[in-house]
Amino acid sequence: MSRLGSLGARLYRGEVGYDFIGKRKIWYGISILITITAIVGLAVSGLNMGIEFKGGAVFTTPKTSVSVSHAEDLATEASGHQAIVQKLGSGGLRIQISEVDTAKSDQIKDQLSKDLNVPTEKIAADLVGPSWGEQIANKAWTGLGIFMVLVVIYLAIAFEWRMAIAALVALIHDITITVGIYALVGFEVTPGTVIGLLTILGYSLYDTVVVFDSLRESTGDITKQTRWTYSEIANRSINGTLVRSINTTVVALLPVAGLLFIGGGVLGAGMLNDISLSLFVGLAAGAYSSIFIATPLVADLKERDPQMKALKKRVLAKRAAAAAKGESAEDEPSDDDFPEDAAPAAAVVGQRQQPPRGHGRTSGKRR
Amino acid sequence: MAAPKKSRGPAGGQGRPGRSLALILIAMVALTGGMFLADQPTPRLGIDLAGGTSITLEAKSEPGQESAINKTNMDTAVQIMERRVNGLGVSEAEVQTQGDRNIIVNIPKGTNSAQAREQVGTTAKLYFRPVLTVAQGTPTPTPNASSSGKPSPSASTSDKGKASAKPSASASTQGRAVTDGLKTDSSPTPKASTTPKADATPSASAADQAAAAKLQKQFAELDCSSKASRSKAALGAKPTDTVVACSSEGDAKYVLGPAQVSGTDVDSAKAAIDQTNGQWIVQMEFTKGGAKKFQKITSQLAQQQSPQNQFAIALDGEVVSAPYVRTALSANAEISGSFTQQSADDLANVLSYGALPLSFKEQSVTTVTAALGGEQLQAGLIAGAIGLALVVIYLVAYYRGLALIALLSLAASGILTYTIMSLLGPAIGFALNLPAVCGAIVAIGITADSFIVYFERIRDEIREGRTLRPAVERAWPRARRTILVSDFVSFLAAAVLFVVTVGKVQGFAFTLGLTTLLDVVVVFLFTKPVMTLMARTKFFSSGHPWSGLDPKRLGAKPPLRRSRRVNAPTDHPKEA
Repeated sequence: MSRLGSLGARLYRGEVGYDFIGKRKIWYGISILITITAIVGLAVSGLNMGIEFKGGAVFTTPKTSVSVSHAEDLATEASGHQAIVQKLGSGGLRIQISEVDTAKSDQIKDQLSKDLNVPTEKIAADLVGPSWGEQIANKAWTGLGIFMVLVVIYLAIAFEWRMAIAALVALIHDITITVGIYALVGFEVTPGTVIGLLTILGYSLYDTVVVFDSLRESTGDITKQTRWTYSEIANRSINGTLVRSINTTVVALLPVAGLLFIGGGVLGAGMLNDISLSLFVGLAAGAYSSIFIATPLVADLKERDPQMKALKKRVLAKRAAAAAKGESAEDEPSDDDFPEDAAPAAAVVGQRQQPPRGHGRTSGKRR
Repeated sequence: MAAPKKSRGPAGGQGRPGRSLALILIAMVALTGGMFLADQPTPRLGIDLAGGTSITLEAKSEPGQESAINKTNMDTAVQIMERRVNGLGVSEAEVQTQGDRNIIVNIPKGTNSAQAREQVGTTAKLYFRPVLTVAQGTPTPTPNASSSGKPSPSASTSDKGKASAKPSASASTQGRAVTDGLKTDSSPTPKASTTPKADATPSASAADQAAAAKLQKQFAELDCSSKASRSKAALGAKPTDTVVACSSEGDAKYVLGPAQVSGTDVDSAKAAIDQTNGQWIVQMEFTKGGAKKFQKITSQLAQQQSPQNQFAIALDGEVVSAPYVRTALSANAEISGSFTQQSADDLANVLSYGALPLSFKEQSVTTVTAALGGEQLQAGLIAGAIGLALVVIYLVAYYRGLALIALLSLAASGILTYTIMSLLGPAIGFALNLPAVCGAIVAIGITADSFIVYFERIRDEIREGRTLRPAVERAWPRARRTILVSDFVSFLAAAVLFVVTVGKVQGFAFTLGLTTLLDVVVVFLFTKPVMTLMARTKFFSSGHPWSGLDPKRLGAKPPLRRSRRVNAPTDHPKEA
């Protein structure tokens, strides 16, 4: 911990840090690339919709000695449609048959129970009419839309509209990436996936909100000082909350990993697996976007604000003046004090006695 | 928990952590006690964990009547389905509306789910049939108990319940009545063609006697005393046949002629108060076609002797009411009798249901065997345990002593969640299903994150060079705001999902919302006070290496230096 703890301290003081804002164009580029890939993937290969969306039947049998391929033949024969059979961790079989209606599936179930020599009442069945999945999906989209509108309003009130927009962009970014990965890899989309995707909504924003909260706090009196531009403070905020962001993400991912392990490893397939898979992908995207996309975006938007533009001008002018005085402009930002000196803004750069070393702020704070 | 508070003042409850702690402990004890008092020591399990069948039905409206899918109609439909399913002898079957156009029927394991599906999947069958014979609702072993067979002489249009007052009809009366009935039915009146699906007219003359004898035997044996036997009697009753039927209360049994008017012929029905005598009545209005048919049957019935001047309103083969007819009626009819408001409403509902322009289509049927359910429950619990263990390991590794506070808080949150879920079972019919378990597991992360936010804040304050006690208090208002804002966003997501979506998504959203709320409660009433108390102990305040708050390890500045604040630039800059 000590190493982690002191890393946290150095991040906190800004001794180390990564110039998230300065290198934002790179990350924007990467994100745009990923997003385009996701959209292309979605357009080309489409989503592999599960039985729950297409309509059909899923049968789960208890432990049986029938082999997967044999069961597949039997099920295909019984239903007249191609069946997909998976072996489950429990030794049972999961048999999926698409495009059969609920009445037909009863016959199939009876036939299967004969063929596989398993009593009917021991076969679990999930029969889904085609419009049901559509309804679930439609409602989920509606929910997504309503949520986005509400959350933008809320963030605009609690923070400001620029942050609301940046959070929204980050959210759309996360969802696009998750959906894209599903399209590209060909994971099956089930109601479980939709649930996971919808949870990402909350989580992705949760993460973003934590960073924004710190950003708002540290930029409260930004116009009263001339040492830092908005972007620089924003970058500092990200670095200062980096440990928290990482911990948040790790702690969120750990239970999901537990779900994924059990859902994927032990049960073989099913709802646990579906939820945790989409959560896992989405959470990772969410952690990335709140740091690399949302906050830089806020900074970008903010820098367009006349006040901030003026501030940047003042800051740069001051630095130029300091440089002219013979001080290396390079040293200047390495002061690890921060805009606390906003009020006594006149404080001359470098005036304070600094610890001789340890200002390893090689990146950041300069343009 | 709307907009975050800007207050930087001392945190609420700072000086009296004991009070908050006592409050939450009392709440926990009360909930746990309530749980055992209510005899609900475990959350009710959903179909996917306990085994059983879950059927989702979607209402379909007739073309041009899209507005028919409304709350009233759906509620009536739920009522009817409940009667049907529970008529199968299943008392725990649940019928609920979900969303605006779905009905979920949950049937626990051990029930004939195929039969149940048949029952809920079909539209209600409401028919108006002429009454041929009436008797008490039990089998009639002694054929000649009384010979009159006269019903109570009430001249008013009588209602259900009246029938029970009648002496049981003698066997001979029954026989005659049935035969008569059959004769009238097979007479070349055009009514057979007017009934909905009536293409098969009852057998004419030769088979008459045999059929009558059979019917008579059936009637004599008919036992209306139990729900199950009543529904059994109702099964397979074709609208075109002469049938035996029970009253829905089980106090009377009938021989009924073929259906003359069907439920779809009823345009509307409502309970009302008769202006002249202040009694509850039920008003019916028929559709154009229905009015004609109804006029025909009532004009015939009005000329008959009792009990054959009655018509039975049979819902799913059970007679819900059997009013007398005094005059021929047409489009508008009133049923009067000894109604209470409740019974009038019920009858109006029944009549309306026949008129509901709704049919229900099976959207999904999930049958989960008890074994699979148990397996899924076990898997969910194991997944939760693994997730929890990983979080605990991570917290201990990173926060050391502080992890203890986090674990206690997680435990408090766990107890609250568990007890509330258990109590919500009987209270609002909450059932823990697999998505809900997932929601709870995901919530471990959200809850633990609140502690991380707070702990990191405290550490930041210590890095400023503060000692623990002021650090704990100064960190709180800031952490509190972050926690409120982020939990609000999370809760918003859950609430929107809960309101908008259906099915499994809804169960998930509910748990997520509940745990998010509890997270706020626990952080405010438990974590913060415990942190305050812990800050007073030597172990933490001295910055023991294992406390997770060791200033040296955190890289705190020597206390005498000017404070360095990152997050609040102008906030007490000189304070140290």
